[in-house]
Amino acid sequence: MSILLVVLEHDRGDLPVGSLEALTVGRDLAASMDASLEAVVVGDADLTAVAGEYGATAVHQVTNEMLADYGPDAWGEAVAQLVRSVAPAAVMAVGTDRGNEVMAQVAARLDLPFVANCLSVEAGDTWSMTRVQWGGSLLEDSTLTADTKLVSFAHHAIEAAPGGAASPTVKTFEADLDHSYTATMITDRVVLASGVTLSTAPVVVSGGRGVGSEDAFAPLEELAELLGGRVGCSRAVTNNGWRPHSDQVGQTGTRIAPEIYIACGISGAIQHWVGAMASKNILAINTDSDANMVTKAGYAVIADLHEVVPAISAEIRRRRGQ
Amino acid sequence: MRVLVCVKRVPAPGAKINVTGDGLAVDTTHLGFTTSPHEECALEEAVQIIEREGGEVVVLTLGPAEAEEQLRYAASVGGTGFVLIPNGGADWDPQRTASAIADAIRALEADGGEFDLIMFGNESADAGGFQVGVRVAHKLGRPIVNGIKGIEVTPEGFTAHRAIDTGVEVYKLPKPAVMGVKEGINLPRYPTMKGRLASRKAEIATMELNAPAGGQAMLKLHRPPEQPSTTEILGTGPEAAAAIVDLLDELGVL
Repeated sequence: MSILLVVLEHDRGDLPVGSLEALTVGRDLAASMDASLEAVVVGDADLTAVAGEYGATAVHQVTNEMLADYGPDAWGEAVAQLVRSVAPAAVMAVGTDRGNEVMAQVAARLDLPFVANCLSVEAGDTWSMTRVQWGGSLLEDSTLTADTKLVSFAHHAIEAAPGGAASPTVKTFEADLDHSYTATMITDRVVLASGVTLSTAPVVVSGGRGVGSEDAFAPLEELAELLGGRVGCSRAVTNNGWRPHSDQVGQTGTRIAPEIYIACGISGAIQHWVGAMASKNILAINTDSDANMVTKAGYAVIADLHEVVPAISAEIRRRRGQ
Repeated sequence: MRVLVCVKRVPAPGAKINVTGDGLAVDTTHLGFTTSPHEECALEEAVQIIEREGGEVVVLTLGPAEAEEQLRYAASVGGTGFVLIPNGGADWDPQRTASAIADAIRALEADGGEFDLIMFGNESADAGGFQVGVRVAHKLGRPIVNGIKGIEVTPEGFTAHRAIDTGVEVYKLPKPAVMGVKEGINLPRYPTMKGRLASRKAEIATMELNAPAGGQAMLKLHRPPEQPSTTEILGTGPEAAAAIVDLLDELGVL
């Protein structure tokens, strides 16, 4: 039986939802290939139980003392060595920054093609796939010809769901890494945000050019706080210096998937839209009823955000008896 | 400090993006072109580094002959050397692109000395393959980290900051190194009039290079199916607040 390896992105054992998306997609893909679904865990993290819940029948624990933390060269080399040893039919990961980075490292080392950010794959001798371009504004149909297929799946494209429960066999693979791989290991971390972050917040209240100034974000901050959410912004706002780039939602900023995205004074250029389109619901507040954001949103208020946003906060407080 | 920045010419779409009739490219009839955003920031960072440290910034692009426009723009904002690898007009796959760029770098280094730092954008705005920089770094046997939103030059090499959801990962890279840079590392400057005038005289070297095609082949581009979106208008003024809060309640986020 051939093997489909799913590389689980994790940070010192913390498993992002993207890795579960990868297993979810991998389950169907493995079935279509008549392959066994096997997870790859780099380092000592114990992720066997969750890999099993999502249908992995084996876990390849790739160990080396250098793999206690993340480093793209070390991870790439370790996974490449495992691939040489196991000879899988395919290797996949989630198309996050880290997932794509590791896959690119593996591809470079094995001199194999790698197709990033697929939405669907048809397996065969040659694979056919649809992948995203322009952050999702365009789709590309491609073929992939290689002895071992390397792909990543676009993050947020599907919902992670457990299934095919298995009790995975754990197979330890000792990677052979020399000191040169330490050059790209993480040496330190600076924690800037605790609790909900832009990419995990259930509510994102976001402002665009229409907000008008740095100070005018205060009512958006207030609303976000009342809802336990985070403030986001468009590229125009960052370019004006009103908000830090870490707040930017979009193709070159953060890609979000909240329960509701409240887009205030944002026109909805494709750069921005692709960062917001995975939101489950979108409410656009804009004076222009023809704005792209309004016509694409499920809900809209055609009015001045400077009046509407404080009114929402006031109404929430009223209902909470505050 | 000798820095190389690899940039890509991409269309500058607004609210909508269309595909040509044959499905092989973005319809640019009504579009301008620009430098892919992450790479524009990489160039700005490189220029800031040599403004502090002294040195040169060579800007390289693999693209159509018209990508000269992006190299001249780079000249107007502080680039000092310019190299065009013509690709005949159609995008090359990532393996082919990386092979040609690596060959070009080897030739440039044989001529003018090693680059202390080579910068790519984290991913191109259009194809978004997330791999050319990594492949080039591997071919050159140099370390690379992607997602970089902060660079400090240190006596040993570089301290690089990679933005993650909750903060920053810190990497310490030796020289020579390669980085994939992200927008947000800086706000790129606009060209000055003087820069624009000087850019017209910038000398652009053309390197005719080729490499075998890789294993990924693009068949066609298409737009995603339009989501049949009907927008429910909740109001036209602050009185919409009640309906909005009802909605928030319904969604369980109140």
